[in-house]
Amino acid sequence: MDLQKLIAKPRKGARSVKTGEELTVVGQSVPRVDGWEKIKGAAKYTDDLEFGPGLLYAALVESPFAHAKIKSIDVSKAEKLHGVVKVVTGRNFTQKFGLYMNDRYVFATDMVRFVGEQVAAVVATDPKIALRGAALVKVEYEELPAVMDAVKALEKDSPLVHPDLKSYTHVPWFFPKPGTNIAHWRKIRKGDLAKGFKDADLVMEDTYTVPRYAHCAIEPHSAIGLFDASGRLTMWTSSQSPFTQRHVFAETLKSFGLSHKDVRVISTYIGGGFGGKAGVTMEIIAAALAIAVPGRPVKLLWSRAQEFYNTYQRLGCTAKIKMGVSKAGKITALDFKLHWDAGAYVEYGANVVNAAGLSASGPYKVDNLSIDSMCTYTNLPPCGAYRGFGYSEFLFGLESHITRMARELGIDPVEFRKKNAIKEGDTLPYGAHMNPTGIMDAIERVAKEIKWGVKERSKDPKKAIGKAQVCFWKSPAMPPNASSSAFLKFNEDGSINILVSGMEIGQGLLTVMAQIASEVLSVPVAKIRVETPDTDRNPYEWQTVGSHVTWGCGNAVKRAALEARERILDLVQRVHCLDKSTLYLEDQHVKCRTKPDFALRFSDFVINGIQADDHTFKGGPIMGSGVFMPEFASAISDPETGQGGHPNVHYTTGSAGIILEVDRETGKMKIKKVALAVDCGKAINPDLVRGQIVGGLLQGFATVLYEDMRYNEKGRLLNPNFSDYKIPTVMDMPDQVVPIIIEVAQPDGPFGARGVGEHTMIPCAPLIANAVEDALGVRIKSMPVTKEKVALAVKAAKK
Amino acid sequence: MKPHNIQFTLNGEKVALSVEPSDVLLDVLRGKLGIKSPKVGCDRGDCGTCTVLMNGKTIRSCLALAVEADGSEIVTLEGANSRKWTQKLQKTFHAKNAFQCGFCAPGVILSATELLEKNPKPSAHDIKEAIAGNLCRCTGYEPIVEAIAETAKGK
Repeated sequence: MDLQKLIAKPRKGARSVKTGEELTVVGQSVPRVDGWEKIKGAAKYTDDLEFGPGLLYAALVESPFAHAKIKSIDVSKAEKLHGVVKVVTGRNFTQKFGLYMNDRYVFATDMVRFVGEQVAAVVATDPKIALRGAALVKVEYEELPAVMDAVKALEKDSPLVHPDLKSYTHVPWFFPKPGTNIAHWRKIRKGDLAKGFKDADLVMEDTYTVPRYAHCAIEPHSAIGLFDASGRLTMWTSSQSPFTQRHVFAETLKSFGLSHKDVRVISTYIGGGFGGKAGVTMEIIAAALAIAVPGRPVKLLWSRAQEFYNTYQRLGCTAKIKMGVSKAGKITALDFKLHWDAGAYVEYGANVVNAAGLSASGPYKVDNLSIDSMCTYTNLPPCGAYRGFGYSEFLFGLESHITRMARELGIDPVEFRKKNAIKEGDTLPYGAHMNPTGIMDAIERVAKEIKWGVKERSKDPKKAIGKAQVCFWKSPAMPPNASSSAFLKFNEDGSINILVSGMEIGQGLLTVMAQIASEVLSVPVAKIRVETPDTDRNPYEWQTVGSHVTWGCGNAVKRAALEARERILDLVQRVHCLDKSTLYLEDQHVKCRTKPDFALRFSDFVINGIQADDHTFKGGPIMGSGVFMPEFASAISDPETGQGGHPNVHYTTGSAGIILEVDRETGKMKIKKVALAVDCGKAINPDLVRGQIVGGLLQGFATVLYEDMRYNEKGRLLNPNFSDYKIPTVMDMPDQVVPIIIEVAQPDGPFGARGVGEHTMIPCAPLIANAVEDALGVRIKSMPVTKEKVALAVKAAKK
Repeated sequence: MKPHNIQFTLNGEKVALSVEPSDVLLDVLRGKLGIKSPKVGCDRGDCGTCTVLMNGKTIRSCLALAVEADGSEIVTLEGANSRKWTQKLQKTFHAKNAFQCGFCAPGVILSATELLEKNPKPSAHDIKEAIAGNLCRCTGYEPIVEAIAETAKGK
């Protein structure tokens, strides 16, 4: 008997796109399971946790230089300040760490590599005393020449950010070039590039630049550490990656006798992540400080300014693109060189470069392809994961370039995209094959929504209206063995607690996990609680990044629920002598197809078992566990061509279109309408998918219209606050946002689902740039596309 | 500098405590009085997560000194949970899944409460004005604005 049929319970008639099975909870916009906690102000974030009067506070001593030798550190004055408990430097923490490349230090010891880098920390009984103490630490530096630009960093006489690069350990799929500033160089070579350009009727070459950006989660990073007298380290962190953090803490601090079992990471709700709370940044400092003051909890809370200059930033990118296209509108060749400014430490950022390198063809079939994605050290703050993970950056150049080339050839840019759009089974840049995709449907529905091809005029003669449509794709960037797991436990009343370590970062993971379990077990979502991670209690999850947890963690939860159901059915078969294949779950009961009056309520047996005829009890607590690992993935390929592996598990694709009004004189832009269609495989909760679309779009538009990190020539960030780095307010909403959900099932996804979180922000930059050109005939090739830049371009064009 | 003894009403209850002249109201609420719904987001009045009601008006508690609260009535979301408009707003916010990470929610709900208590029939522009000082990085604001509008319309 098909297992799915057993749980089928027709109610609202939603159907799984995968199997045609009837679904009752999956596909419904149920209210979030964390809704009331957050709306009532009851939800606890890391900084809200209480640690009693013994809590200590830390403040940092930070480098004023982008590149300098540390000649001496004098902590004597700080140590004498009343209330200072300890001054900590890097002397005792010499182990380097990193996610993919071990190039980071807990504290700078002999060299500082960016302005704001931690050199020492002062631990005190009060935050104000800690700050005063930090100001008393004297550090003597010898300033060195610094490099701030990823292209200049490749020049022969450029200062070297990491002269010891050769000795650094890293994952086997990275290719650093010791003696240079290149930390990783991802190459893709496919087909015959020379022939492709020969076959082209038009070849166009240009350069597009993207600056750095900040995540700007409203909750700053915070971490509290306690190294207790028994030798165990407990960390409370605002983190997307509690298990990865546990691993890094245990590895980096193992000289203090820690093993993984002694390290516990607890992560409550987090106030926005966007990649900024992935991996390990400031948390390693809090862990080291806890070790330095054993027996007392110590808190490190990032200021808004530190949030800007000493967590990961989004990488800057200079993209050189050369594309060949035939008269018929087929891409015949693509040569794409991406120079990434990854900052002083690239332990996470180098994987952004890798991911972009694997996929920089965009969602198009390109037979003759060369991609060079180069991760470069600079003396600017470290870069890492940011929603979109490199795809926003290369799509700005690629999707700008495609529209320009289509126009030049007199081909409709949307038709051009349809001609080249990738299809299921097509060969990907690295040789594997494309998963099922609804990109064509997405293109058509968006075009219809924005009335593509119909020229519109503004009622205001001072303003022009432009339209644009682009495509996007993205795959989770993860190691091939990144796995998820789940525990599911029934309670006496038939309610359920699910333990996962996928993180609720606002996207609605807890709700989606509850819906998946609810669908399998017929227990309503309101009777399911999904717990945020505690590494002692919850099972392993690699990280909550890359839009992979609905898929990966969702598969683990589904398997846990199926296992619990098997246990229920086995027990009922054993005690009631009913054939298992006749049993099914409905409305929190076990029922039997051949005995219509048989109905055993979950709450009657899921903890205390079923009483047999001889008055003994059989069974016991019903539990389930589930594990998911993408066993088909592999990151190993030919370093010179990138061919041979299966580094990406699947791609989510989509299309977005815009109607943009632009003031001809001032350049001021107003988004009249934006439509975004994304193929999420199956929308387990459509409300939450729409939430990702609407929210992601505004975050994306902010990087085009408002945001920009500005550094001075000494490498100091000039705008580390919300007054000078403008993120959108409610006044900046587009006039109309149309979210469109496409569902072409992901065969290995839970109920056909695949990820959707990052994708919604990545098409924004080329949308604006292409629409500005459509409206006013000027092409902006550097982000952000501010009104000032547009106005100046219009002025220059008139001359 | 000498500590100051201050008294005020916090969520309907009288509190009396001693504070330093430089103590910030937000830090005193969170650190000394165990009130955690106002959050630390930027410490300079930009983000609005620290919003509380002082004598019925929203203020940024990160920009107010604790001594300024002396003799006032302070309401945080913990206290506003029993107000009529707050409850109506919360019901709509919940049904519409209007928040994501939830970090800005206490501030947004207090700003919206202040608006509807004064102006139960706000225009779309009034709604935007009322929450223009509350930054949200997750939602794109649309579901929040819609939830406030629907609450006002009594949907």
